[in-house]
Amino acid sequence: MDEDRVIICRCEEVTLKRVRELLDKGLHTMDEIKRISRCGMGPCQGKTCRPLLAQEIANYLGIDVGSVALPTFRPPTKPVKLGVIARGDECD
Amino acid sequence: MTRSAHVAVIGGGVNGCSIAYNLAKQGCTDVVVFEKSYLCSGSTGRCGAGVRCQWGTEMNCRLAFESIKMFETLNEELGYDYDIEFKQKGYLILAYTEKEWEQFKLNVRLQNSLGIPSRLVTPEEARGIVPGLCTEGMLGATYCKKDGHCNPHHTTWAYARAAERLGVRVKTGVEVKDIMVRNGRVRKVVTSEGAYNVEVVVNAAGPWAKPIGAMVGLDIPVYTERHQILVTEPCAPVQDPMVISFSKHFYCQQTPHGSFVMGYGDPTEVKGYDIGHSWQFLERMVQVVTPVLPVLKELRLVRQWSGLYTISPDCQPILGGTPKVEGFFMAVGFSGHGFMLAPVVGRLVAEQIMGRPTSLDISMLDLERFDRGELILEPSVV
Ligand SMILES: Cc1cc2nc3c(=O)[nH]c(=O)nc-3n(C[C@H](O)[C@H](O)[C@H](O)COP(=O)(O)OP(=O)(O)OC[C@H]3O[C@@H](n4cnc5c(N)ncnc54)[C@H](O)[C@@H]3O)c2cc1C
Repeated sequence: MDEDRVIICRCEEVTLKRVRELLDKGLHTMDEIKRISRCGMGPCQGKTCRPLLAQEIANYLGIDVGSVALPTFRPPTKPVKLGVIARGDECD
Repeated sequence: MTRSAHVAVIGGGVNGCSIAYNLAKQGCTDVVVFEKSYLCSGSTGRCGAGVRCQWGTEMNCRLAFESIKMFETLNEELGYDYDIEFKQKGYLILAYTEKEWEQFKLNVRLQNSLGIPSRLVTPEEARGIVPGLCTEGMLGATYCKKDGHCNPHHTTWAYARAAERLGVRVKTGVEVKDIMVRNGRVRKVVTSEGAYNVEVVVNAAGPWAKPIGAMVGLDIPVYTERHQILVTEPCAPVQDPMVISFSKHFYCQQTPHGSFVMGYGDPTEVKGYDIGHSWQFLERMVQVVTPVLPVLKELRLVRQWSGLYTISPDCQPILGGTPKVEGFFMAVGFSGHGFMLAPVVGRLVAEQIMGRPTSLDISMLDLERFDRGELILEPSVV
């Protein structure tokens, strides 16, 4: 598998290679990897990459994926235009 | 077996990591940094990351100007393999009230006298600097091209890794539970992974500065307050400087990544440790910023979050040791500007710990200034 061509986070174009490089450099939590690589910071709010990244960390550390701590979830669930928020009640 | 270290730094934010790196650089490598969560998990990883030398007190001007010079070469200094993303495209500070405008004239005079290349600009000139800026109600602005912003996660990590290369131990996921003082001197820190005999303890615990102070019997006069912030989707580069207004309580920058990061300092925000997010912030933020920067209306919000300011009675940091407890040093109470000061703070506090003369005189930033009633009031804060 070409790690350089496997994309973990589509929004921010973070590759598997980059994730493994950061794991090797000692970043072992989702919060740390997110903050350095932007993995999960894009408009989809990590919907796709969250489980992929969690699995990658679990494999690396040899732990159960359930014990990988997830980052705080922050709104919005769907990206909204600022102009819409400024107008208050309307929708576009 | 009790382990030992010459210096224990409490806090893996940008200030703790900068102090640890500077200690090692100055020759003291027997240093351990304790971070109860992950690096940057405190205020640093949540901040607006603005860096400016346009301040209203001589102290802040000097500290921030020196820090900016250090940021300019920080990637090389720290041998960082990535990029701390220091973008020096200026700060444009908008004036809306007569009082503000008068203060800005004084500020620029002070800044220029210290070599800071800031200047007063007319609303028309401001529009030339930020195309699309709506200048309605604006009396003028000040601009300094040396100012900018930087990535706080990369900066902190760069300091931590450089410190580790020099021999510093950085322990994440380890909490300091207590500090033992005997005969007026710090002796030991008790952590979640056992005790360490130490000569020096540095309180760089950000929002937790007060409870750490209490461990050695000090009452550090700071309180915490939530500040909220948001980020948009990225777009093509359209805004060079950070745009900021004290009277409208907002700041807004476009990062090198293309996203806009903006914050609103709610004057009615409650004190405490709550870092939840509110819908009210979102509405207020957008209502305040979009009339000034209408291009933002077309951008989508991606995420909002919040963090804590740790505020001292004069909104200035408390730096250095105290005669009350020997070996106990502080770098706390940074209010809304502790990220930008970290490079110079790291160097100066390390010099104090090493017992050397400091390269800038910061003796008046000691804890005892509050007993003496010698506050250094800064007029220009969000
Ligand atoms: C929304 C917002 C916007 C901001 N914008 C700016 C800006 O534009 N420019 C600017 O310069 N500043 C800004 N600031 C302020 C800036 O974030 C802080 O002043 C700065 O990050 C403080 O860094 P620090 O290293 O001192 O503290 P922190 O980053 O808070 O680090 C302290 C660390 O200590 C750890 N800790 C605490 N107690 C213990 C313990 N008992 N054991 C072990 N570890 C412990 C914590 O987990 C934490 O990681 C902003 C802040 C906020 C909230």
